[in-house]
Amino acid sequence: MSQRYEKMFEKLKTRGEGAFIPFVMLGDPSIEKSEAIVETLIESGADALELGIPFSDPVADGVVIQAAANRALNGGSTTDDCLAILAGVRKRHPEIPFGLLVYANLVLGRGMERFYARVFECGVDSVLVADVPTLSADSFTEAASKAGVASVFIVPPNASDETLRDIAKASKGYVYFLGRAGVTGAEREMTAPLSSKIAFLKEAKSPPVVVGFGISRPEHVKACLAAGADGAIAGSATVSIVAAHLDDDRKTREELGQFVRSMKAATRSVKQ
Amino acid sequence: MKITKGAFGEFGGMFVPEILVPTLLDLERAFEDAQADPVFKAEFEGLLKEYAGRETPLYRCRNLAGATKVKLYLKREDLLHGGAHKTNQVLGQALLARRMGKTRLIAETGAGQHGVATAIAGALFKMKTRVYMGSKDMARQAPNVFRMRLMGTEVVPVETGSCGLKDAINEALRDWASSYGDTHYLLGTVAGPHPFPTIVREFQRVIGREAKRQIIEAEGRLPDAVFACVGGGSNAMGIFADFIDETNVKLVGVEPAGHGLHTEKHGATIEKGRPGILHGSYSYVLQDDDGQIRESHSISAGLDYPGVGAQHSYLHSTGRASYVGVTDTEALDAFALLSREEGIIPALESAHALAHALKCAAAATTEQVYIVNISGRGDKDMEQVMPYIKMGENGGGAK
Repeated sequence: MSQRYEKMFEKLKTRGEGAFIPFVMLGDPSIEKSEAIVETLIESGADALELGIPFSDPVADGVVIQAAANRALNGGSTTDDCLAILAGVRKRHPEIPFGLLVYANLVLGRGMERFYARVFECGVDSVLVADVPTLSADSFTEAASKAGVASVFIVPPNASDETLRDIAKASKGYVYFLGRAGVTGAEREMTAPLSSKIAFLKEAKSPPVVVGFGISRPEHVKACLAAGADGAIAGSATVSIVAAHLDDDRKTREELGQFVRSMKAATRSVKQ
Repeated sequence: MKITKGAFGEFGGMFVPEILVPTLLDLERAFEDAQADPVFKAEFEGLLKEYAGRETPLYRCRNLAGATKVKLYLKREDLLHGGAHKTNQVLGQALLARRMGKTRLIAETGAGQHGVATAIAGALFKMKTRVYMGSKDMARQAPNVFRMRLMGTEVVPVETGSCGLKDAINEALRDWASSYGDTHYLLGTVAGPHPFPTIVREFQRVIGREAKRQIIEAEGRLPDAVFACVGGGSNAMGIFADFIDETNVKLVGVEPAGHGLHTEKHGATIEKGRPGILHGSYSYVLQDDDGQIRESHSISAGLDYPGVGAQHSYLHSTGRASYVGVTDTEALDAFALLSREEGIIPALESAHALAHALKCAAAATTEQVYIVNISGRGDKDMEQVMPYIKMGENGGGAK
């Protein structure tokens, strides 16, 4: 397993910063543009990246990310095309952690072992399978760890203590803590995460805790860190910028750059 | 694939976002408690009898198949309140929802029959009800949309993907990911995550239980074969369940072959798909090499689904049931034929099962007893079939 997450969180800890992790859909709006978008996120100061592979039936996603997946699929992006983008970016950026956010049938599509092996080759550090909860995950986590890829799990706001303990143990690299119930989307804002749940996870020796869902503004990032989280993920808010300027690449890069910088700046506000 | 919850051999399971797991586990517990509770059972059976009109007849065709060696029986779920078998399990799940303290129902619907059944339960139990329906299906099943709204249900058009049943299920799952506190997702078929395939089968089992007793009364023996259409597969599982251990009874599931199995336009999941994960369970799925879900096609909205119940995948894998395809055209022929020969207008879905049974009957060389599950009535399909069946003034339905 790569040590990229450990090193990244370690480095931020010494600086007293949290992690800002933007999410975009690979292949959105096209393979070429997608590669440039990923580069922009890195150049603008993202600490790690969350990347989607487009799926036809994304049940955990709201309209913004559904639309991104549709754009990518309509543009003809395949799973292999998407992973090839990362292989290229990885050569230029050997240290930044890459996490994939996918659905189970994409992992199974050409065979689970092939998927994780290919993902590892392309320099991916972790995979979160949105529709595979811990109690159904054995086949996935085994195949992932065999290939040297970390499996990340989601902590929902309704998690019992038992589930929190299971996830603290099963999740590698980091834990994805839901800012609120429901599906992805910025229109319904996160509620400040329960610091008691985050403390419980840490007590159970979980990897670093990163909050996602409903995060679109610097004050959301601050609230996450204040509650004890180690970072924040913004998905729909990032994807919305891509969607707003489909015909203007310069504008996309400018606005993405501004957004990432402002969100990253918010991670420096809380000294831990 | 290791299946830890709700396994049917190598199929089934609970593949959903983590946030839905506590709710599904609560549902599993509530269902198990209810099954062991004579009060629940009595209320369910009372409703099936007094409200929904069970039992439904097992009728032997007087004219159809008369020239063959087959005694052709129809299990008349079309006569159930609501017009299809869907009402059986909806009443069961609505009782379960009430028992769990839920005050709101959501559901998906394809042809509209499950939506209508859910609207019926919503009205009866005074629960706020919302049905997600693909916009394509709303257009081809307009009368059912009106029925639902008439009973006070909100019908929400789904414009994503292929605007059909699959997309309606996606939308219902998205709703449930934040509404689980007060809302029960009343899933309409034996697909979906555990415990739905088991709950729906158990609440539909009454179809086969009655049919078994009725055929023994009529013929003094079990049937040679039982035929049912399979989209998600709830009416088939309902009539198969009590015959699974009777290994001399052939179980035949009929999938929609649409324009033909050699084309891309069909919904024959078991015949043309491969195992994958869609809507919470590991089962056969129509998909491409990457695992993207393919759009299905059928003239019948209720069978137009690229997945199938996990237990059907299992019965297929063990060879206990066989699965065959019937095209749109063959289904339309059977639809017209049953109307003309017996005065019974079947749902287009059920017409698929009948079409295959008639093919088998024509080829039978020995005396046989068949049961076909007429899962619903065809009134909802009038507008849909009108362009296909040209009618003279004297009737007769020449195509």
